[in-house]
Amino acid sequence: MAALKDLLNWVDARLPVVEAYEKHLSKYYAPKNFNFLYIFGVLSLVVLVNQILTGVWLTMSYVPSAEEAFKSVEYIMRDVEYGWLIRYMHSTGASAFFVVVYMHMFRGLLYGSYQKPRELVWLFGMAIYLALMAEAFMGYLLPWGQMSYWGAQVIISLFSAIPVIGPDLAQWVRGDYLISGITLNRFFSLHVIALPLVIVALVVLHLLALHHVGSNNPKGVDIKKHKDENGVPLDGIPFHPFYTVHDIVGIAVFLFVFCSVIFFFPEMGGYFLEKPNFEAANPLKTPEHIAPVWYFTPFYAILRAVTFPLFGLDAKFWGVVAMGGAIAILFVLPWLDRSPVKSMLYKGWISRIFLVAFCISFVVLGVLGVLPSTDGRTLVAQIASIVYFAFFLLMPWYTRWESTKPVPERV
Amino acid sequence: MKNFFAFFILLLLPISGFSAGGSSVELQDMKPDLHDKASLQRGLSLFSNYCLGCHDAGYARFERAANDLGIPADLFTENLLPAGNKIGDLMSNAMSSADAKAWFGAEPPDLTLVARVRGSDWVYSYLQAFYEDKSRPWGVNNTVFPNVGMPNVLEGLQGVRHVTCAQAPAYDKDHKPLFDTLTGDALTEERCNVVVQKTEGQLTEAQFERVAYDLTNFLVYMGEPSRLKSEALGLKVLLFIVLFGVFAYLLNKEYWREIDH
Repeated sequence: MAALKDLLNWVDARLPVVEAYEKHLSKYYAPKNFNFLYIFGVLSLVVLVNQILTGVWLTMSYVPSAEEAFKSVEYIMRDVEYGWLIRYMHSTGASAFFVVVYMHMFRGLLYGSYQKPRELVWLFGMAIYLALMAEAFMGYLLPWGQMSYWGAQVIISLFSAIPVIGPDLAQWVRGDYLISGITLNRFFSLHVIALPLVIVALVVLHLLALHHVGSNNPKGVDIKKHKDENGVPLDGIPFHPFYTVHDIVGIAVFLFVFCSVIFFFPEMGGYFLEKPNFEAANPLKTPEHIAPVWYFTPFYAILRAVTFPLFGLDAKFWGVVAMGGAIAILFVLPWLDRSPVKSMLYKGWISRIFLVAFCISFVVLGVLGVLPSTDGRTLVAQIASIVYFAFFLLMPWYTRWESTKPVPERV
Repeated sequence: MKNFFAFFILLLLPISGFSAGGSSVELQDMKPDLHDKASLQRGLSLFSNYCLGCHDAGYARFERAANDLGIPADLFTENLLPAGNKIGDLMSNAMSSADAKAWFGAEPPDLTLVARVRGSDWVYSYLQAFYEDKSRPWGVNNTVFPNVGMPNVLEGLQGVRHVTCAQAPAYDKDHKPLFDTLTGDALTEERCNVVVQKTEGQLTEAQFERVAYDLTNFLVYMGEPSRLKSEALGLKVLLFIVLFGVFAYLLNKEYWREIDH
């Protein structure tokens, strides 16, 4: 024990480990009224670690070339010891990542966690989300199945809708006239090196910014207003051990669901692993129906909902603009919300109705994005898209206009 | 290589609007049973004898199948391993792609993952859905996969079936079978697009259904050979997580006793 203590002192004299431990864990005071929605940040970290570890092991056996990629994935599934498990952990992890991130973002919307002084926390989070989408999109090409190939073909061809530079830009992204081994290699490089580095760096910034301003809570009460004589918030408790023991329970519940999928339904009815993707990519055979993986479908539905040309530019271009806008508008959320209160508990009924309508429209768009489009579905997608944007664009008015309830002093 | 179906249809039927295998025929229900080793062994034997001559299963190995299905290596090598193969080889055939293209119009698709791509119902129905059609290069067509470029290799077992006018069960417009209101017997009506048996094969209808079942069952196994192992391990993992969760919950409760919340 004494030797360990000496070692710690030796290190601490050279690196601020104790200070970091206290700042981020044992003396990081979090509000004591967190509910279950606060587990999803930790779960995002768990899934991130899962993706990195399984990704490292998959990379050991995966061959990034048009000729070998599909074969090497089946090699992992059949000939590598527990390769199937590593691969299913990674493929299920990709979907799980979006499940927990969407819940985490919903929590932010519900309790106004993006409001002052947490704008940067939100912005870093959004940057993570954006990088995550790129990471997932590029990762999806790597198994080199039919849906990998044609999904990438559809999405990259969106760049060509941009006037003047579009076609050249799409070709520059692909590195070829169509998706080929060149595209596969660059996506592999970005997927296993560039984007993971960006994501990890952004996660560090997200956490540093959060720990600088402190966590919000379901009531949106500022716990730093009331401190004891030692400067400890009266309604705060040390993150470690109280929230670490809390989070371990949440992680166990999450792992139960996560492992159920991995071991028993890794395809999740074709939503986590699409059936056509068990057929190797074939540039000469277009699948009957190309659908992106479920986590992209809300935005895909918005893209397809724009069916009319405008100002001499075709519908596809405006679809891309709408899709990009649907993601971009999330970035400015902290400046759209003019409400004096943070949490939905104290906001007015208009905010609540808008949030519910927004969530419904997001789910509806997600479902429509999976299905082949018909006239009726396109109309529903258009209405849902309008609701999606109305939630954000009308926010500066309805949050100021509505009357709010008083926020209590203590949690 | 996998463009066989679409390519073939496009070649022969440039005006047809349907896509590969995407027919609207109702499929027969097939519930795979991966615990039925005997069925899987019969399926492997059928696969080796009837399919592997033209099709590859180029992602799967003989040895893995033999081990998983409980067939001793020496027995397997003696009876089921195609000549010229070693037991550790991938299940590929000796036919060159050039020959295959010349003979069938395109290379027969790899079957390792066919059950994962199309589903067990589709494979099971497809195997039974051949019928005589003199206009086709191989003299047969398929109701599940119209204009498929493959001969009915199971014809010796199944016998020849053809389309003709025959009495068939009658249905109302909701697709429910109709019954005689007095006698309670099922009603029939004459229809002229019915596939019926023309000549008997070596097997009865029930025996042939068994053949289709076993073959499909094996293809389901081969699509995901880790399935059974995964479920067995999964149970243990979930059990561990539950136990771990109980202790985590108790630990959490102990710590939080002192917090007023």
